[in-house]
Amino acid sequence: MALGVSKKEKIDDLADTAGVSLAASAWKRLRRSPVFLIGATIIGIFIMVSLLSPWLAPHDPSDKMLIEQVVKARNEIPPAQPGHPLGGDLQGRDFFSRLLVGSQQTLIVGVGATLIGLTGGLILGTLAGAIGGWVDSVVMRLVDVMLSLPSLLLAFSIAAMFARPSQFTVILAVAIVQIPVFARLLRGSMLAQRHSDHVLAATALGVKKGAIVFRHMLPNSLSPVIVQSTLVLATAIIEAAALSFLGLGNPDDRIPEWGQMLGDVQNVFDTHPHLAAWPAVCIIIVALGFTLMGETLREALDPKNRR
Amino acid sequence: MLRYTIRRLIQLVGVVLVLSLLLFAWMRLLPGGPVSALLGERATPESREALTKQLGLDQPIIVQYFKFLGRAASGDFGVSTGVQPGDSALDIFVQRFPATIELSFFAIVIAILVGVPLGYLAAKRRGGLFDNLSVVGSLIGVAVPVFFLAYVLKDAASAALGLPSFGRQGDINATRVTGFFTLDGIITGEFDATLDALKHLILPAIALATIPFAVIFRITRAAVLDVLDEDFVRTAESKGLTASVIRRRHVLRNSMLPVVTTIGLQTGALLSGAVLTEKVFVIPGVGQALAIGFERRDYPVLLLLIIMATIVYVVVNLLVDLSYALIDPRIRTR
Amino acid sequence: MALLEVRDLTVVFQRRGEEPFRAVDGVSFDVEPGQTVGLVGESGCGKSVTSLAIMGLLPKRGATVTGTVTYDGTDLLKLSDKQMRDKRGSELGMVFQDPLSSLNPVIPIGLQVTEVLERHRGLARKEAMIEAKNLLDKVGIPDPNRRLKEYPHQLSGGMRQRALIAIALACRPKLLIADEPTTALDVTIQAQILAVMKELVQDLGTALVMITHDLGVVAGLCDEVNVLYGGKVVEKADRHPLFAEPRHPYTHGLLASIPRLDAAPGEKLTPIRGSVADNIPWAQGCAFAPRCPNALDVCVQVTPAEEDQLGRLLRCHNPVVPGTPAAEEVPV
Repeated sequence: MALGVSKKEKIDDLADTAGVSLAASAWKRLRRSPVFLIGATIIGIFIMVSLLSPWLAPHDPSDKMLIEQVVKARNEIPPAQPGHPLGGDLQGRDFFSRLLVGSQQTLIVGVGATLIGLTGGLILGTLAGAIGGWVDSVVMRLVDVMLSLPSLLLAFSIAAMFARPSQFTVILAVAIVQIPVFARLLRGSMLAQRHSDHVLAATALGVKKGAIVFRHMLPNSLSPVIVQSTLVLATAIIEAAALSFLGLGNPDDRIPEWGQMLGDVQNVFDTHPHLAAWPAVCIIIVALGFTLMGETLREALDPKNRR
Repeated sequence: MLRYTIRRLIQLVGVVLVLSLLLFAWMRLLPGGPVSALLGERATPESREALTKQLGLDQPIIVQYFKFLGRAASGDFGVSTGVQPGDSALDIFVQRFPATIELSFFAIVIAILVGVPLGYLAAKRRGGLFDNLSVVGSLIGVAVPVFFLAYVLKDAASAALGLPSFGRQGDINATRVTGFFTLDGIITGEFDATLDALKHLILPAIALATIPFAVIFRITRAAVLDVLDEDFVRTAESKGLTASVIRRRHVLRNSMLPVVTTIGLQTGALLSGAVLTEKVFVIPGVGQALAIGFERRDYPVLLLLIIMATIVYVVVNLLVDLSYALIDPRIRTR
Repeated sequence: MALLEVRDLTVVFQRRGEEPFRAVDGVSFDVEPGQTVGLVGESGCGKSVTSLAIMGLLPKRGATVTGTVTYDGTDLLKLSDKQMRDKRGSELGMVFQDPLSSLNPVIPIGLQVTEVLERHRGLARKEAMIEAKNLLDKVGIPDPNRRLKEYPHQLSGGMRQRALIAIALACRPKLLIADEPTTALDVTIQAQILAVMKELVQDLGTALVMITHDLGVVAGLCDEVNVLYGGKVVEKADRHPLFAEPRHPYTHGLLASIPRLDAAPGEKLTPIRGSVADNIPWAQGCAFAPRCPNALDVCVQVTPAEEDQLGRLLRCHNPVVPGTPAAEEVPV
């Protein structure tokens, strides 16, 4: 009996929406959607700032230039002052510069995790969906095992497996969790296509299997993957913050990252809330930007909404 | 139905075995591992070797794994090295499980009680101000890191509302029956204790509820929008039924399938979120044990708790699947 | 005075960022008690929107309804939402097109019949169940006690439509609107359903508005026929004259495109050329002109008025003269 919808089947549902032909009409609707434009503007500014931050930042983010004030005032943090609009952090480093430069590592975490997750999922999903048979069974069983763990808990566990955490292990932990999601998504939409007319036609014309997969099936599976990637960019940034909060993040804070900045100040939340609030607000805005883009993309690419 | 349930349970056993083997192998292969955890990085090679032998760590991993399974069958999952050093992992789980269940239960109840009605209203007023505001609100809800929100509630809301800022630190003198603080008070007639337990629960439960709420809200809205367009709703209107009968009997009942599925899936968000929320509010539950376990690399405790979390997650989703039959006769009578 | 008097009914749909669309454009017709009136036309001609407007079932936002719908002396369009709910299901009944999607899939048939009895006739659940059994019996559903406990997916298409008819007639409405009640059914079942409707309508003295694109249904059932095109009534006549001598080129075309048993061997079917997409706005002339074999220059310059000509109401500058074959033969 085929009962109901589980997490796996929800992913498959998503995979069911496909088609490059949709892209043109979707883009037309997106350009007129104010929500999409807000999301895109947020992300545009975020990317610009993170690329330009080394030049925009007034100070070196790792320079403990205000350390005397910290020591003098007995672990008080330096307040806002000329040249330091947001004051300093716990170690006397310019907080404003750290926030600016932090955008760069945050972007790297988001993009890195998404790319690794996507690549892993692409390999597994393509193998399963294109070859089928026992390869499909083995890959999908593995994917199912991973999906039967709550995803954030899986990320925590993976991060805890590394004896020496670093920025890379954070990215890896967040990325691995996404691999089964992408794999299922791709496999689902490829399976749906294996029997579609254009693939049958290509097969009948004697096109090689590899060419069919890469020229015909993969491009048509991309739209749900693009939507998912946009959403993963948001979750990756939030999850990286959670990892730092649990002490599983990158212990080296010379080059700042927002999630790390937020997680590292947990002991002074009540006394210096602004140290947490600034990176938190940055994370919320950027995550919201990616989510707005992802959700409007999903709506635009959903054939149900096409008129 | 029975065969389906049994098949899913057998699958669950398979998942647990594979998962535990993976976790077990990975932990053993780590540089350092339990020996370093117990002796510290600077122990002499001799003492390391002695402990390795003593713990049976010099044997092949698969042998170690089967020995572990054998011990696990009798309830011995090893001894905690970090969370409560020296205590048995199973004891730690048993002590801490009720607190997490209680917190998660209240969180999901809040998420459903707020998310479903709001989702229905938003769908009814599609495109209006209320709809747009609540959709944006739910998107922000997902974008806020759970632990940050928990801290905001703990520091700001607790002061403003006069609520305790720590979970389950209240009345230690109350009689304990089940380990569920709210339930114990009702059973023993100590209603003060129940009230006190609720006060301690409310803020962490709200923090934990945000993400499930946001997701349940959006799924309800989407499901109701789909159902409102259905022909049978128009038929119900053509019968002149009252608005409340149409809402209850025709719209909401048909919207519940995807909502119930989502509630099942949100158990995952609750279990992961409990790790963060319990750490912030210092609630001695499974989540806090996981948080400490991750930080101190307490592998026996982590292994057991992660497997338990997986079992809970899979079983809840199995129950959700089975509940479809109650909602939808098309599944029941197939 | 007629039971239902529809005057100048106009429905305009307005979606944000789009041109307003006049789905129904000044439609008028009367229904006497016990009479069956047909609204006929292709999909998109406004016949379903007309029925939904009469029942007050159009969405409140985005649809503007003007004109009057006088039922038993009161204008339905002026009633409050609550007053309208009291009329629907008790005095006004409606049968829909697709019986499967029109029934609630998750509650048993019995409840879907009894809920309307409980609402309008104040019956208790038990009495309502007995009445529901009688109703199912009357519409010809075998073993009604069992069917009451079943769900829509367990019934055949014909039985579902019978159940919908039972629901619509449960409170003996004075007016029944049937929107394409047989379209989704097999041909053999169609005849049965029409027979059941005809019989019940006669027994109860219910006035019936039959909405259909199927002229066969019209021929078997309707006393008077309104042919709709582009949201306007283009021809209104009694059944016999309409079928014998269609005057509007559109009606003529509709009849000519049906296969007939008495046609001479080799005689070709003549479909109406083009589609509704070719319509011109009524403000610029006759909407049908681009597809009309009889079209004159005046047809794309002056909007034809609804006039009493040749013994019927007609909206046409150049009606068909009896005896002429269709102007243009198109091979099929």
